Amino acid sequence: MTEEIRHEWPLFEVFVRAKRGLNHVHVGSLRAADPEMALHHARDLYTRRNEGVSIWVVRSDDVVSSGPEDKDAFFAPSGDKVYRHPTFYSIPDSVPHI
Amino acid sequence: MSFDDDAYGALTDHDDDSRWAYGTGFADPMAGVPTAVPDDVDRADLAAYCLMLGDDVLVMSHRLQQWVTRAPELEDELALANIGLDLLGQARLLLTRAGEAEGAGRDEDALAYLRDPAGFRNVRLAERADADFAYLLARLLVFSCWRLPLLDRLVASRDPVLAAIGAKGVKEVTYHREYAAQWVVRLGDGTDLSHRRMQAAIDAVLPTAGELFRPHEVESRLAAAGVAVDPAALRPEFDEAITQVLDAATLSAPAGGEVSGGEMAGRAGRGRDGIHGPELTEILAEMQELARALPGGVW
Amino acid sequence: MTASAGERVFAETIEKDQRVEPRDWMPEGYRKTMIRQIAQHAHSEIIGMQPEGAWITRAPSLRRKAILLAKVQDEAGHGLYLYSAAETLGADRGDLTRRLIEGRQKYSSIFNYPTLTFADVGVIGWLVDGAAICNQVPLCRSSYGPYARAMIRICKEESFHQRQGYELLMTMMSGTPAQREMVQDATNRWWWPSLMMFGPPDADSPNSAQSMAWKIKRHSNDELRQRFVDMTVPQAEALGVTLPDPALRWNAERGQHDFGEIDWDEFKRVISGGGPLNAERIAHRRRADEEGAWVREAAAAHAAKRAEARA
Repeated sequence: MTEEIRHEWPLFEVFVRAKRGLNHVHVGSLRAADPEMALHHARDLYTRRNEGVSIWVVRSDDVVSSGPEDKDAFFAPSGDKVYRHPTFYSIPDSVPHI
Repeated sequence: MSFDDDAYGALTDHDDDSRWAYGTGFADPMAGVPTAVPDDVDRADLAAYCLMLGDDVLVMSHRLQQWVTRAPELEDELALANIGLDLLGQARLLLTRAGEAEGAGRDEDALAYLRDPAGFRNVRLAERADADFAYLLARLLVFSCWRLPLLDRLVASRDPVLAAIGAKGVKEVTYHREYAAQWVVRLGDGTDLSHRRMQAAIDAVLPTAGELFRPHEVESRLAAAGVAVDPAALRPEFDEAITQVLDAATLSAPAGGEVSGGEMAGRAGRGRDGIHGPELTEILAEMQELARALPGGVW
Repeated sequence: MTASAGERVFAETIEKDQRVEPRDWMPEGYRKTMIRQIAQHAHSEIIGMQPEGAWITRAPSLRRKAILLAKVQDEAGHGLYLYSAAETLGADRGDLTRRLIEGRQKYSSIFNYPTLTFADVGVIGWLVDGAAICNQVPLCRSSYGPYARAMIRICKEESFHQRQGYELLMTMMSGTPAQREMVQDATNRWWWPSLMMFGPPDADSPNSAQSMAWKIKRHSNDELRQRFVDMTVPQAEALGVTLPDPALRWNAERGQHDFGEIDWDEFKRVISGGGPLNAERIAHRRRADEEGAWVREAAAAHAAKRAEARA
């Protein structure tokens, strides 16, 4: 009998926009049979305390992510490009508005 | 985090709340709403009407509370509790208004806990026991499809408190109706078993809906005075919504023609007149047991 | 990345007090310990709905009813946050639920005690949630990221739970003599089980050392228990109830309270399934799961039909 009560609903990741002007932020996941149900569940689970003005739900297995093994190849190359940062350039203090 | 000083201090250490979308800015829906009863409105009628609408949601909420820890999935625990809380909140506002209009010093608790079944004015749909999740959904669908247009019209009530309750309720019940409709469609058009159960629930619940649309004399008087909603006017909207959901769910309306047909509730006596089934007696025995056991208790 | 490179990164992450994230390499033992701990925590939230949930329909005022319904709902939510964290480690919620209802995975034994009066609702908020907060606040810094994040959210929400409980008790203490007796009686029954919530004494806690090394756990059982006692004593005084321990007294030398010996035989009996309501709690959860199976299946079938129609 244990097999027949197996969980059949897929996992969805939930993103909530706290208020206008902010990005949607990942808050967790939930189980739902379909996307509409996932939205309802996300609303009921993750916005009980007035936490959001907008929700995204995405099937977890549709998320493509970089892996920890990609860390060096993906992110190290940008680590030495200091010229992308404004503080790389020295401008005399006497020059205004720059 | 400063656990070493004070475990609770640590709770307030996080300034990056936006990351958690942790809510603030709660609003009182009744703030600024004048509570004086308009001079030309009959206070006894207004009190009776608020009791009718308040008892509907108090009793309906009780049935939802009985589902706590029994929902088919944990996510639905959250959903059903939210609906139960919405309806309970509406009940508190309506019973409070009933007490104000009555002017005899009864508050929401006196009205909820110290009346006997014959004093309750809820529609009998609200008190019916749920044989299974399909029954709950059938009742919630029928209730919400009736209640939503009612609340929508209540927004224009000449009683400012009822108008505010209507405005608050519309937002809440819109969601309840959507939740119920989606589930009825899933169960109706799910497995053979779920189709049978959903159809059985619709067959049992829908024919009792007649009572929802027959105005009580208090409702008629207050509707004429621009305070209450004439329930008979809600029927076309109700029928349209129900038909749409049943179609999508591959379910059929029970035999006998129009979806809200049947007069079973009429024959059995009307909740609006204080005539109820044994279900309400059971509900109140549970709800009122403790409050009545300790007279003078403060909670 | 080879296992040994992964191992080095893992060790460094722990060492530097950074968070381990779902797709990082981690020792199998860490993953298993984490899944077990998070699952037990999630189960505790879900089973913990029952003792208080039983009072929602009977709450003696509409305000208390709304508070209690919201609180028990939060517990379902907390269970879900935690199952969600466990799923990031490759666990499956359905599988974890099966382990719970087949008695293969534990939950906090505090929920195997009955809630006899409405004062129990208040005392659970004050003592049981208070003890839970003591246990949980350090977990907000747990080395596993998704668990730590879930705990931050849970702790924030739980602070309402404890306050509503204490407020209920204060109100009841201002009521009739019968109400005051109810509060004292509930305190008597829940005090010792609350102390047991911190687990066995450090000397007798085999998994603690590894969990501390992995920074899954931050403080020892006895440390947290002592902290809870020290925080609770003045709260009991303010409330006007007596904590049922004749040995409880301030020790000026230690700067802490001394307290009596916990009945560890009872602790072991309850934790291994001999609690007053162990079988009933599990049976109730199992029934809900089984009675909901046709609903979950129907929703899955409906979703499959729709996906097919779209394809």
